[in-house]
Amino acid sequence: MAELHAQTLTELAAGLRAGKFSSVELTRHFLERISKYDAELNAFITVTSELALAQAADADARIAAGTASALTGLPLAHKDIFCTDGVLTTCGSKMLSNFVSPYDATVVTRLKQAGMVMLGKTNMDEFAMGSSNETSFYGAVKNPWNLAKVPGGSSGGSAAAVAARIAPAATGTDTGGSIRQPAALTSLTGIKPTYGRVSRYGMIAFASSLDQGGVMCLSAEDAALLLQSMSGFDVQDSTSVDTPVPDYSATLNQSLKGLKIGLVKEFFEQGLSNENAKPVREALAVYEQLGARLVEVSLPNLPLSVPTYYVVAPAECSSNLSRFDGVRFGYRCDNPRDLQDLYTRSRGEGFGSEVKRRIMTGTYVLSAGYYDAYYLRAQKIRRLITEEFANAFKQVDVLMGPTSPTTAFDIGAKVDDPVTMYLNDIYTIGANLAGLPAMSIPCGFLDGLPVGLQIIGGHFAEAKLLNVAHGYQQVTDWHKRMPERYA
Amino acid sequence: MNMQSDAMSWETVIGLEIHAQLATRTKIFSGSSTAFGAAPNTQANLVDLGYPGVLPVLNQNAVKMAVKFGLAVGAKVAQRSVFARKNYFYPDLPKGYQISQYELPIVEHGKMDIVLEDGSTKTIRITRAHLEEDAGKSLHEDFQGYTGIDLNRAGTPLIEIVSEPDMRSAKEAVAYMKKIHTLVRYLEICDGNMQEGSFRCDANVSVRKAGAEKFGTRCEIKNLNSFRFIEKAINYEVARQIELIEGGGTVQQQTRLFDPDKGETRALRSKEEANDYRYFPDPDLLPVVLDDAFISDIRATLPELPDEKAHRLVREFDLSPYDAGVLTASRELAEYYDKTVSIVVGGDRKSNAKAVANTVTNILTFSLNKENLDITESKVTPEQLAGLQSRINDSTISGKLAKEVFEVMWAEGGSADAIIESKGLKQITDTGAIEKVIDDIIAANPKQLADYRSGKDKLFAFFVGQVMKQTAGKANPAQVNELLKSKLAG
Repeated sequence: MAELHAQTLTELAAGLRAGKFSSVELTRHFLERISKYDAELNAFITVTSELALAQAADADARIAAGTASALTGLPLAHKDIFCTDGVLTTCGSKMLSNFVSPYDATVVTRLKQAGMVMLGKTNMDEFAMGSSNETSFYGAVKNPWNLAKVPGGSSGGSAAAVAARIAPAATGTDTGGSIRQPAALTSLTGIKPTYGRVSRYGMIAFASSLDQGGVMCLSAEDAALLLQSMSGFDVQDSTSVDTPVPDYSATLNQSLKGLKIGLVKEFFEQGLSNENAKPVREALAVYEQLGARLVEVSLPNLPLSVPTYYVVAPAECSSNLSRFDGVRFGYRCDNPRDLQDLYTRSRGEGFGSEVKRRIMTGTYVLSAGYYDAYYLRAQKIRRLITEEFANAFKQVDVLMGPTSPTTAFDIGAKVDDPVTMYLNDIYTIGANLAGLPAMSIPCGFLDGLPVGLQIIGGHFAEAKLLNVAHGYQQVTDWHKRMPERYA
Repeated sequence: MNMQSDAMSWETVIGLEIHAQLATRTKIFSGSSTAFGAAPNTQANLVDLGYPGVLPVLNQNAVKMAVKFGLAVGAKVAQRSVFARKNYFYPDLPKGYQISQYELPIVEHGKMDIVLEDGSTKTIRITRAHLEEDAGKSLHEDFQGYTGIDLNRAGTPLIEIVSEPDMRSAKEAVAYMKKIHTLVRYLEICDGNMQEGSFRCDANVSVRKAGAEKFGTRCEIKNLNSFRFIEKAINYEVARQIELIEGGGTVQQQTRLFDPDKGETRALRSKEEANDYRYFPDPDLLPVVLDDAFISDIRATLPELPDEKAHRLVREFDLSPYDAGVLTASRELAEYYDKTVSIVVGGDRKSNAKAVANTVTNILTFSLNKENLDITESKVTPEQLAGLQSRINDSTISGKLAKEVFEVMWAEGGSADAIIESKGLKQITDTGAIEKVIDDIIAANPKQLADYRSGKDKLFAFFVGQVMKQTAGKANPAQVNELLKSKLAG
């Protein structure tokens, strides 16, 4: 038997059911690895050891009683953007550095009910604003493949934890690529479902019309397992969609013969000739061998997705983050002189510079006299992009291309250049604007650093994406590679 | 220049924004109770407190109530309306934005008729009515220089009813406000309690030279929560603006506050200091989409509206338009009236309706006014009043004595039967008894009898008076007339 941490969630589930090890043993194994490695990785903000062991003991009882579900007893980590009852929930910010949530997010509740064991809360860019996990109040997270590099962001803590096998899986959230880009940079399988597929209740809002919870794990099979429990309508989230959740695991092995893969001309015709895209080209060749056909599609407005996103997302965040005012919870400045001082200093001291930059941008684009030129125009382009995607999916089953324009970059390399940083999300943002499900799966390495293949599907095509990813993972082993240091 | 003629040359222009709290049991976006008067912050859950991660879920009853209002004022009910965020910082606004409707409100283009002092009718146009959440309350007393925050009210559903600037005097504004007040209570969508702030308004006031086409610069007077204050505040503000302009100044666009103790308005903030609310559609809520069936189902639940009811009372029962207006001016009074008429025994519907209308608009209203009571505090119940009318109908008492019974009822309580019994007011209808009285009177007044018989017809009234005096007014007048005629004829 392979070491516990080298196994996928699916393998661990089988081991638990077969009685090869208990949930307590499994949980203890990962907690030990966290205490051994997390000092150098900084992947966790909070480790909930006692709670985890108690949950594991409960899970073992459920397994013994025969009332376990597929996920019972399996450990995972939650991105610290998900509210967890009785546990510190910081969102990577000084603003919430003292915030113990009084309730569980719906995602947390559902996975808890399935019997999963929470190891702790993972580091992230402050309020999910960042692509390198360097904006966290709790410090940068290191990439397990090279500790000098960033793990991507904003779900960088979740990515590093799973990549280093100190957690077998983790939740993430994706507003402009925050699951897929770190998954690509750390060689993980990550999926951002369709907007509305997973409840946003209890997920601290960055940009409400774009935010979507998902998972980061070791295989499409694992993702199918987790997504099954997380997905579905929630009365507490009016934007969650009341449509049945299919059995994701049931269709994983469908043949990919005849699959039509679209390559977006505007993005990838140049990008794919690039030496950096060699692993992506090779992955496409694998799909052709599996019987798929490559078709070029055109989405003329897709190159406008970055500017569109950087109007819409800051606009929403400027409003969403207004509740952090030092009055009812979170950080409050010392000895405020008056109300204005309370607001100004609590927010001035509680938020980091990237968050402030976005609040200011968002405030500006919503201001009287600028609303039409920025916010309204961005919404129009957003609709055009959505229509262009819809038209593309009339011709093809999925779109493919690179997840990220580069592999993991050096910590500190881009912190002073926000625009270059924003361009990291150039390939991922389109799916958020259009509300589409999208994945990143490992497809190779460049200079020892992982490269991700992005797969985008039509609305509610999660089953198709997982099937397409799984087919590739059946004939390749990139997803099984792990950093030597943590083997 | 003559001051009076100058004052006459100004025209006042008023538009109202009425805030009516909707009478839902729970808040507009959360399950917390909306009951008034609980200990501070005991009716605010995580959604009301704007905790990280929480999301609003729209209360369908609030939507139904807004639609009800729209239909009742003949407005267009939007098939698609959108919630927007109005962004500003204030401690009683937990999220830092108020969820309201901005570009696409649920109700547009309604109207409400008011009756002017000269009896004519004027139509006030209603621009729109939109759904929104109320804010909490800032408590400035009892905290030694600090401000207390009570978020019980945060998230209470409101409709904001915005009129066109169609009113031309404080009296018209009050008349319009009263009509809306009556309507929302008829519809049972608002309790109308102005003291608790369930029904309040902001008044936009400007003045212009009579005949001018352009409106003057307006000031908005915030948070007026009594009819008396509205009238005083507007009159003060009109006088202030006229004086300002006549003194060579100009009116600045401002938000002003009315101080009821001093009877004056004072500036709160100028246009320059006004917030830029940065409205944008709330991404946490889907557009409200209503189909025809939903709207027609609500239309079917509408009660008889005050104006319709008044017209019907005139048409069916020949009530005067004035009486009909008085009886329908509040839902409670109309209900009092309806209930009374419905339980009167004897008589036909029309005569009962008229008789009860008379009693209510005269004797009852007089008693209420004298003691400054509302109809809901009336000391005489519909059951008591109906009992009284029933005794008139079955001739137990005469109409003349009814007033006396009413006064006892008002002062001491008790049913008409009990009062008639204890005070011995029962009408005498026994022919023998009346005949005996008449015989005695005729015997005691031979001169008057002779005069009558010789042609002095007017003396008939003298004999009636004597009989009534003898019977303390209790003899049945019709019988007295009939018997007297035959006895006097000899």
